[in-house]
Amino acid sequence: MIISKNLSYAYPGAKPMVFPDITCDSKDLLLVLGKSGVGKTTLLHLLGGLITATQGEITIGDQSVNKLSGKQMDTFRGKNIGIIFQNNHFVQSLNVLENIALAQSLAGNPVNKEVCQKWLDRLNIGHKSKAYVHHLSQGEKQRVAIARALVNHPKLILADEPTSALDDVNTKEVVSILQEQAKEVGSALVIVTHDTRLKELVSNQVILQ
Amino acid sequence: MRISTLAWKNIIKNPLNLILNVLLFGLGIGLISFLLLFNEQLKDKFEKNLADVDLVAGAKGSPLQLILCGMYHIDNPTGNISIKNATPLLRPLHPLIKLAVPLSLGDNYKSYRIVGTNHDFLGLYEAELKEGNLYKGDFEVIIGAAVADETGLKIGDTFVSSHGFGGDDDHTHDDANFKVTGILKGTGAVIDQLILTNTASIWLVHDHGHEHEEEHTEEGHVHEEEVAPGAELINPDTGEKVVKNSNEELLMFPDKEITTVLIQYKNKKNFQSLNFGRNINENTEMQAASPAIEINRLYSMIGVGTDALRALAILIAFVSAISIFISLYKNMRERKYELALMRVMGAGRSKIFNLVLLEGMILALIGFVVGTVLSHAGMELLAVYLKKGYKYTFSGMTFLQVEWILLAVSLVIGVIAALIPAYQAAKTDIHKTLGEK
Repeated sequence: MIISKNLSYAYPGAKPMVFPDITCDSKDLLLVLGKSGVGKTTLLHLLGGLITATQGEITIGDQSVNKLSGKQMDTFRGKNIGIIFQNNHFVQSLNVLENIALAQSLAGNPVNKEVCQKWLDRLNIGHKSKAYVHHLSQGEKQRVAIARALVNHPKLILADEPTSALDDVNTKEVVSILQEQAKEVGSALVIVTHDTRLKELVSNQVILQ
Repeated sequence: MRISTLAWKNIIKNPLNLILNVLLFGLGIGLISFLLLFNEQLKDKFEKNLADVDLVAGAKGSPLQLILCGMYHIDNPTGNISIKNATPLLRPLHPLIKLAVPLSLGDNYKSYRIVGTNHDFLGLYEAELKEGNLYKGDFEVIIGAAVADETGLKIGDTFVSSHGFGGDDDHTHDDANFKVTGILKGTGAVIDQLILTNTASIWLVHDHGHEHEEEHTEEGHVHEEEVAPGAELINPDTGEKVVKNSNEELLMFPDKEITTVLIQYKNKKNFQSLNFGRNINENTEMQAASPAIEINRLYSMIGVGTDALRALAILIAFVSAISIFISLYKNMRERKYELALMRVMGAGRSKIFNLVLLEGMILALIGFVVGTVLSHAGMELLAVYLKKGYKYTFSGMTFLQVEWILLAVSLVIGVIAALIPAYQAAKTDIHKTLGEK
């Protein structure tokens, strides 16, 4: 579950950006829609604790995120937030399975390669577990990124433009996979996008202006 | 997954970089390590062979040559000295001299030098017999451990010597048969590579066929003509039997020659002792040289070369540190998304810092291992060459304490080279980095 109140963020020398309050319960899906340049990525980074809000409050689970120090935030994020970026970055020197295992390890959880493999199987890329990420297609990379975001059973999953590069069929599929898996794990799922095709698929919406 | 595993995987992901860094670093460290190994063993050889000898007397010429010949058996003699001239040194009861050991050189067997001397020579190197007996009569020899190993000579074996020092078989004294009566235990000192006999044997080998050319002086005349060297003698002054192979016996042949006399003082700090060498140089036809001084002179001469090499080694190590720095920095820039991502996944700044630092240290560690292998292999190669040329045994298989220090220095270099990239990586703004793309 995630709740944000009165969030605003000011880049140095710029007018503060004010964000609408959002709420998303566990197992729910919230769509944050907005055109380019309205601060979608800024909001996602605020919610993910990559930057600290100038004003306002964010609560994830029982934790008020504002009160965490930088190092505590890193640890909290690793354990409780899974982020799927628009461009999926991976550690190039590790193979697919090891990248998933790295997420377990960095979150401070015990590494369990069987669990990692299960996640890959669930996302239908189990056969690529020994491959290096740069050998994968964009679609495959995205599935690996989803597996990586979910492996630690986070309280919150943030997805940044997960469908921007996909056709209609795949867009539907990715959203349903995300929704399905987040439900299974019990996470709140927040998708930040400008992709208006998602409007019809998701009812719970916040629009950034 | 441990960050050391990740650091390792990051390093081997870039094999060309790895090879360049490790070779460069290995070369620098290897050269330093080699110099340390070589210097240490050279010093060890020189010092072991000092044998507490305070002064070497011989024919006039280069003092360093005298030492290298008389103490280390590397160089050729400066010439010979007559026993008449050396008499003051060899006479028993000299007020300053505790021990005077005469050496006569001139022959070799398979390039192992045959040294005519008395039994005191063994005491200088604390050498003991492994088997057999000390030489008594002429043409009896005892051989050093290395000679025994390399030539396969055994007790009772006989061999023919060659003239000179080069192992030149063309000029053999084919009528002089030496017989092995004893083999020494290994000492690690120069005596291991020598063949010892009495002084008279050297004379006999060389005097053969030259007897008519020799001039005879008044004193020497009697003995020369009537008594062969090594025969039983009576001291005309005391009327007592002269002990075989003693200095006293040598003094009976004032016209014969020896090559050097190794001298130990009774009191090294004594003022007269300190001036003794100068007195010889100024007032006699002989030359005296102090092994310690000459070896220090040699060190300082070699030192210029080793200093230059060491400077080169440090330069290479420095360049390799820069090379490690550049490749870590470049890698860090290329991997900034991946590092930001690791932050997102829960890695704190310190973990990122440690990761890059560890990569630097691993590179340095591999470089150190490569360098150590290179230096010891190089030393082993040099040892083969030195053994052939000088009969001295060096080894690439000895390891020094100081190599641990070199390891520590290597790691410190690795850390220093990685410090800036690690700091940059740790302070990267993840929001900006991930927002850029």
